[in-house]
Amino acid sequence: MTALSAFPAAKAYSADLDIRITDSSLRDGSHAKRHQFTVEHVRSIVGALDDAGVPVIEVTHGDGLGGSSFNYGFSHTPEQELIKEAVKTATRAKIAFLMLPGLGIQDDIREAAGNGAAICRIATHCTEADISIQHFGLARELGLETVGFLMMSHSQPPEVLAKQARIMADAGCQCVYVVDSAGALIMEQTSDRIAALVAELGNDAQVGFHGHENLGLGVANSVLAVRAGAQQIDGSTRRFGAGAGNTPVEAFVAVAEKLGIRTGVDTLKIIDAAEDVVRPVMDGECLLDRLSLTMGYAGVYSSFLKHADRQAQRYGVSGAEILIEAGRRKLVGGQEDQLIDIAVSLAEKNSTLAGKN
Amino acid sequence: MTATSKATAAIVGSGNIGTDLLYKLQRSASIEPRWMIGVDPASEGLARATALGLESSAEGVDWLLAQDEQPDLVFEATSAYVHRANAPRYAERGIQAIDLTPAALGPAVVPAVNLDEHREAPNVSLITCGGQATIPMVAAVSRVTEVAYAEIVASVASPSAGPGTRNNIDEFTRATSRGIEVIGGARRGKAIIILNPAEPPMFMQDTIFCAIPEDADRDAIAASITKMVADVASYVPGYRLRAEPQFDDPNPMSGGMARVAVFIEVEGAGDFLPPYSGNLDIMTAAATAVGEGFAARILADRTPAAS
Repeated sequence: MTALSAFPAAKAYSADLDIRITDSSLRDGSHAKRHQFTVEHVRSIVGALDDAGVPVIEVTHGDGLGGSSFNYGFSHTPEQELIKEAVKTATRAKIAFLMLPGLGIQDDIREAAGNGAAICRIATHCTEADISIQHFGLARELGLETVGFLMMSHSQPPEVLAKQARIMADAGCQCVYVVDSAGALIMEQTSDRIAALVAELGNDAQVGFHGHENLGLGVANSVLAVRAGAQQIDGSTRRFGAGAGNTPVEAFVAVAEKLGIRTGVDTLKIIDAAEDVVRPVMDGECLLDRLSLTMGYAGVYSSFLKHADRQAQRYGVSGAEILIEAGRRKLVGGQEDQLIDIAVSLAEKNSTLAGKN
Repeated sequence: MTATSKATAAIVGSGNIGTDLLYKLQRSASIEPRWMIGVDPASEGLARATALGLESSAEGVDWLLAQDEQPDLVFEATSAYVHRANAPRYAERGIQAIDLTPAALGPAVVPAVNLDEHREAPNVSLITCGGQATIPMVAAVSRVTEVAYAEIVASVASPSAGPGTRNNIDEFTRATSRGIEVIGGARRGKAIIILNPAEPPMFMQDTIFCAIPEDADRDAIAASITKMVADVASYVPGYRLRAEPQFDDPNPMSGGMARVAVFIEVEGAGDFLPPYSGNLDIMTAAATAVGEGFAARILADRTPAAS
C-alpha cells in the first residue's frame, strides 16, 4: 500500500513505481543555456542523474530535433552528438528526445533512434495534435516508446485537450502529457485537465504532466496531477529549464518520498546532483523574476524568455512589454521570430512618442 | 472578344483552393476558365462554377479528357496522389499543367523569380504556400550577395491548414527547403511551419532569415527586398512587409553568422476563402500568374505573324 491509495483516481506506473519521472534539464535546460551544451555537460549530468536513479533523461535542442536555427538559436554541439553521448553514459536510464512536427522531420527521428535513444516525445500546440500522426506512426514502427506533448495546455479547457489527446493516442502515442508550457496552470486547473485525459484515454494510453515554475507551482501542480491519475511527471533538476525553469526534480522527489509516492529516485543523491553537478553547468539559476513571472501571469510560452530578453536589449525596449504583447497576440510555441517584430514595433512606438515631447 | 483571345483552362479539384482559383481566373484578361472538375456531385465548388457559366462535372478527370475540346491549361488542385496519376495524361494531350498539390513532378516555379525559365514546361509545381511567400525574399538577398544559409518560418492560421498540409507536414518543410536552395539561391535552406489557432485568425506571417557576409552592402540588400516585395504584390495584392528588414551582426546564438531578417504578412484577397487564409490566397494568386505567363506564350503562338 502506498499513499496513492488515498486518491481513487491515482494510478501506479508499474509494480515498482508509482510514477515515472523524466528529467528534462538537458532539453528544456537547453533554452536557459541558449543551446550551448557540450558533450562534457551531457556526460556529467547524465552520469549523476543515472546514478541517482532517474529513469528517463531527455536530451535534445530546446526546441526539439532540428531546432538548431536562427529562429531558436544554433546549437554549440549537434544534438545527435549529445544524444549519442547520453546513451553511452547512461547505465540504467532510458534516453528520450523531443521533436516538433513542422520543425523537425521524420529523418531526424530515424537518426535519433539510430543513435540509441529509446523514447520519442512528439510535441504539438494543444489544438494541433493531428500534425503528429505520421511521426507517431514512424516512431512506433522503429520500436521507440512514445510520448505526446500538448503544449500550452492552459489555453484550452479540459474537454478540448481530451479530444486532442485521443488523436495522439490513436496515432500510437503511449502517454499524453498535459504540458504547461507557460507555467500558467494553477492547482485544480492542472488536475481537471489530467482527469479529463485519464477519462478519455482509459487504458489506451497513460497521462503525464510537464510543469514550469513561472507561478511557483511546479511541485504542487505535479502532486495534484499524480493524485488525478498522471503516471509520468517531468521535471528538471535544479529547475534547469525555460522561463523560471521546470518542476525541480530534487524537490519533487523529496516531496513524493514524504507523501509515500514511489519515484525510484534516491532523494539525497538527486539533491547532491542538483547542487554539485547540474548547477555548475548552468549559466545562472532559473529564477522566478520579473520576466518569468510575467510569462506565467500572461500565459506566454516559457522558451520566449531568453529571446525576449535579447530583443529587449537589442532594441532598447521593455522585455516585459514584449512578453505581454506576445500573450496578447496569442503566439504559440515556435513563433520566436515574432518577438523581433514586436520589439521593432515597440521601438518605433517609443521613438514616435519621444519625437512628440 | 473572339474565342481565341484567351487561353482556355480547366480546374481539376473543386475544393476550397479550386474554388478560390476560379474567382481569380474569372478576372484574368488572358485565361478563360471553362471547365470545373470534381468527384463529389454535392460539391459547393461545382455548383458555384455552374452558376458562373462553366461546364462542371463530378465525374473526375476521365470526363474532362473525354471531351471533344481540350483545355490549353489545367490547374490541378486535388492531391499529390491524384496529380501523379493525372499528369502523364495531361502531358500526352499537350495540356500544360499547373500543379497546386505537393506532388512536385515538374520544375518549381515562383512567378516573381523564375517564371520565364519555365514557360515551355509541360508541368510546373507551385511548391508550397510558404515557398511562394518566402523564396522571393531569399532570391532578393541572393541576387545582391552570397547567401550561405536561409531559413524561413511560416506561421499560418489553424483553420486555413487543411488535411493535405496536416497529414504530411514533413512534405511542406522538405519541399520549401528545396525551393529556398534551388530557386532562392541559398546554399542551404531550412523551413519551419507553425500553426496558430488564435481567434480571430491571424494573417499568414512569414519570417525569412538569410545569412549574409559581414561586409555585405546592407542598403543594396534592403533595396532589393523592397523591389521584390513590389514584384510579388503585383500578383498577390495582400503581400507586404510588416517591418523594415533587420540586420544583425554575428553572435553565438546566430552560429557566428551575420544575418538579415525580413518580416512578411500575406492578407488574402477574400475571393472565396477568408482574408486570413493568405497562405491559400498566395497559392491561387501564384497559379493565376503562372497560368497567365503560359497563356501569353500560347496566345502569341496562335497569332499569325504580322507581315
